[in-house]
Amino acid sequence: MISRHRLEALAEPVIEWTIRLCGISAIIFVFGIFFFVFREGADFLFRGLDLVEFFTSPEWYPTSVSHKRYGVLALIAGTCSVTALAMLIAVPFGLGAAIFISEFCGPKLKETFKIVIELLAAIPSVVWGFIGLTIMNELIIDLFNAPIGLTVLNGGIILALMSVPIIVSIGEDALKAVPDSYREAAEALGATRWQVTYKVLLPAAKNGLLAAVLLGVARAIGETMAVLMATGHAVKIPYSLLDSVRTLTATIAAELGEAPVHSDHYQVLFIIGVLLFSITFVVNLTADLIVKGIRNK
Amino acid sequence: MDRQSGSVNHELLRSSENLFTETPFVRKKKRTEYIAKSGFLLMALLMICPLILIVGYLFYKALPILSLDFLLANPAQGMRAGGVWAPLLGTIYLVVISLLVSAPIGVLAAIYLNEYAGDNWLTRFINLAVVNLAGVPSIVHALFGLGAFVLFAKMGRSILAASLTLAIMTLPVIIAATREALGAVPMSFREACWNVGATRWQTIRRIVLPNSISGILTGIILQVSRAAGETAPIMFTGAVFYKAISEGDIFAYGLFDQCMALSMHLFTISTQVPGVPEALPYGTAVVLLGTVLLVNAFSIVLRIYLRFRKKW
Repeated sequence: MISRHRLEALAEPVIEWTIRLCGISAIIFVFGIFFFVFREGADFLFRGLDLVEFFTSPEWYPTSVSHKRYGVLALIAGTCSVTALAMLIAVPFGLGAAIFISEFCGPKLKETFKIVIELLAAIPSVVWGFIGLTIMNELIIDLFNAPIGLTVLNGGIILALMSVPIIVSIGEDALKAVPDSYREAAEALGATRWQVTYKVLLPAAKNGLLAAVLLGVARAIGETMAVLMATGHAVKIPYSLLDSVRTLTATIAAELGEAPVHSDHYQVLFIIGVLLFSITFVVNLTADLIVKGIRNK
Repeated sequence: MDRQSGSVNHELLRSSENLFTETPFVRKKKRTEYIAKSGFLLMALLMICPLILIVGYLFYKALPILSLDFLLANPAQGMRAGGVWAPLLGTIYLVVISLLVSAPIGVLAAIYLNEYAGDNWLTRFINLAVVNLAGVPSIVHALFGLGAFVLFAKMGRSILAASLTLAIMTLPVIIAATREALGAVPMSFREACWNVGATRWQTIRRIVLPNSISGILTGIILQVSRAAGETAPIMFTGAVFYKAISEGDIFAYGLFDQCMALSMHLFTISTQVPGVPEALPYGTAVVLLGTVLLVNAFSIVLRIYLRFRKKW
């Protein structure tokens, strides 16, 4: 018995240090991701990449024989157009659904909706891409007489469906965080549910709802497979909803396999990765600070 | 006299009627309420309908091909026929190995955050890192896996490299779920245990973990569904378009082999290979979607069951 006690006494510090190490693992991984992605692209970033051209030129010809050009403006425009359309659809619907689930329905219906949203969030992005490639593609060709259905419209709708669950669940959390005394006070004055929502809850929860929208944006910007399959492969700045585009994420996924390791092209793709990491980092950080701000208040 | 009192009564009656009939203002209020409520209901329903329609349509299209043979046969004739055995087995390998890595790290990290960490800058920093780790785009995880595991650690494109990439990607899911489960154990349980002289770790092992193990399990199940569906992180770290393995042999892959994966297979046969019969990609999509939804449904049922069983 004594030896067992001694063993436990010896083991405890080891276990606690393991736990501490795992505790900081998330920090290690985030820095690791930045470090390794940056490391692969750093050489070309400092050696030859013209950053002004990189951000302002829409000409992306990484495999041209005579004159290679690395301009990501068209890719950024692709990402922005698809994300913007997705948010135009997902934000009203997502917040509307969050309000309905949080304020207007009974507990049973609420539980059902939450389960369905969880399942909706679980659908893999490659399945969404496949849906865009087949069902949505045919629908858009039929409805708009378009020559091809793999367009901004297609990608936007798919991305909207993908980011709605996150907007709903975070938005609902934000509404739930508003104290019940606010609702009771408003209802005591004779306000209907809609008036309570519109005049009291929305102003009180606006930061949380903003955070929900931001997280939806981050998800839409970072999504890869769905936009790769649903938006067509045209590197150009879109002028209508029925233009094909290509996003930053899709470019990496489509070209990384063909770019020879450590070539300029390969390194530029890693630089795009750093750009994507930075964008989502800033958006997530902002959303997190907003949420923290609410909790501290 | 009589008449007068009668008229007074009548007026009283009329005014009391007015008290309970709706004024235009109240009618407008009710109408707005009704419109708002049905509007929001419509929005919520519009979100749910796609799920049911899409899943239904996929199943309908895949129906002619779905059978046990489809699951147990290798892709054949340049992936234009046959089943999904090799990709299915590859996905199982990737999920299990990534789970073996991320579950211990994730659970221990959550234990640290919930049981050890004080309210200081380090804890805030860790929380921030977890949030950001969850927000990193999947394709950036792929670049990281390629740079760190495939090239730097010299694992080559292998199941191991792909699984490690998936493990890091799904870590936040496990951390979040485990924290929630640990947080649900009442503080008084811990205090009682400390009072009889137990150390921190003894308390965690004998009291906190046994009381939260089922909640932790739901988190781990969610990780499975997330890892099974991911495509981008494994595309450049270990999954390949095609690899022949022997049918029915569950030990067909080695740790340093490349493998096929369901998600990657769906991408390949729907975009890269011309002349695939229509039902084949639908069948693959349904197998993938069915797996993920079943795993999720299992996790949800477990959670609901636990909520009913909870003793405190």
